[in-house]
Amino acid sequence: MSTESTTAESREPRAEGADAQWPLWEVFVQEQQGAPHEHAGSVHAVDREHAIQNARDVYGRRGGISLWVVPTAEITASTPEDMGPFFDPGNDKPYRHPQFYRVPRGVRGV
Amino acid sequence: MIDEALRPHLVEFLLRHGDDRLVLGHRLAEWCGHGPALEEDIALANCALDFTGQANLMLGLAGSVEGKGRDQDALAYFRDEREFRNVQLVELPRGDFGVTMVRQLLFDAYDVLFLEALQRSAYEDLAGIAAKAYKEARYHLRHSAEWVVMLGDGTGESHERAQRALDELWRYGPELFDMDEGDRALASAGIVPDLAPLEPRWRERVEEVFARATLAVPTGGFRAKGGRRGVHTEHLGHLLAEMQIVARSHPGASW
Repeated sequence: MSTESTTAESREPRAEGADAQWPLWEVFVQEQQGAPHEHAGSVHAVDREHAIQNARDVYGRRGGISLWVVPTAEITASTPEDMGPFFDPGNDKPYRHPQFYRVPRGVRGV
Repeated sequence: MIDEALRPHLVEFLLRHGDDRLVLGHRLAEWCGHGPALEEDIALANCALDFTGQANLMLGLAGSVEGKGRDQDALAYFRDEREFRNVQLVELPRGDFGVTMVRQLLFDAYDVLFLEALQRSAYEDLAGIAAKAYKEARYHLRHSAEWVVMLGDGTGESHERAQRALDELWRYGPELFDMDEGDRALASAGIVPDLAPLEPRWRERVEEVFARATLAVPTGGFRAKGGRRGVHTEHLGHLLAEMQIVARSHPGASW
């Protein structure tokens, strides 16, 4: 343990904006071949390479075969007010769902 | 399986390289809860666990090749400072984040070359351990190289701290490539790699990263050595006291 360096560090004045966060990135993990990349969470990072490494350390350490990172600011999301007009019209139209097809035996992952 | 004349040399080799990983893993684990950001805290803990896992395998093999009934726990927790065979580089205090990352780069760049060569060992158990560790080492190097460039080519303060770390640590790098008679006997038998040709390749790789990081590589100066023979800096004893206290206070305890 280096008590010396810890004390030296804590004596230093906090740099301006030391609390400023790195930009946020959304992380998508693909668990296995053919499976979709699924949203796993988010990380802070300064650039793409840093983001993919942080994603690996935070979300990829228990498996997976592929990672995507996307700057959170680049994602356009619908708003809660959009919910009615966007989704309600589909709720009473079961024929829009593909559940009337018979799934052949042996097909997995559906 | 192993030539009787080579057995003590192989035990020594496994202790040296197992101890490197045990001590470095402990230094990295000291960052747990103190990382500069949550993501980095987890990253350092991941690396610490990788090194500790590698130590577990190498010291376990050292114990079984030695054949005197010492397992990896006995070797890790019940040897004293002079019996540790790690290079001095890994026992130095973790310092600030710049010191930790420059040290990692120096070690990781060596480790990728070392493990790449060790995978071709004629001793299958050793080749297997190297193959597993090699994948981890490649990630470690990517991580530390990225950080050294960010710190060196970052703010005035991060550059200054990274440069100070490099000035302090550079002399401890070459010990990683030291070999003695025992190592050379093992190398002739194809059990361990010849480390000498790896050193210029290591220099080339780390110097390329330091150049991108706008850090100046120190020239000349003294070359630290002694760790491989059990001669250590003042820092190892303190580290071992902390690492070994629980096992020594409660021998044989399991949890």
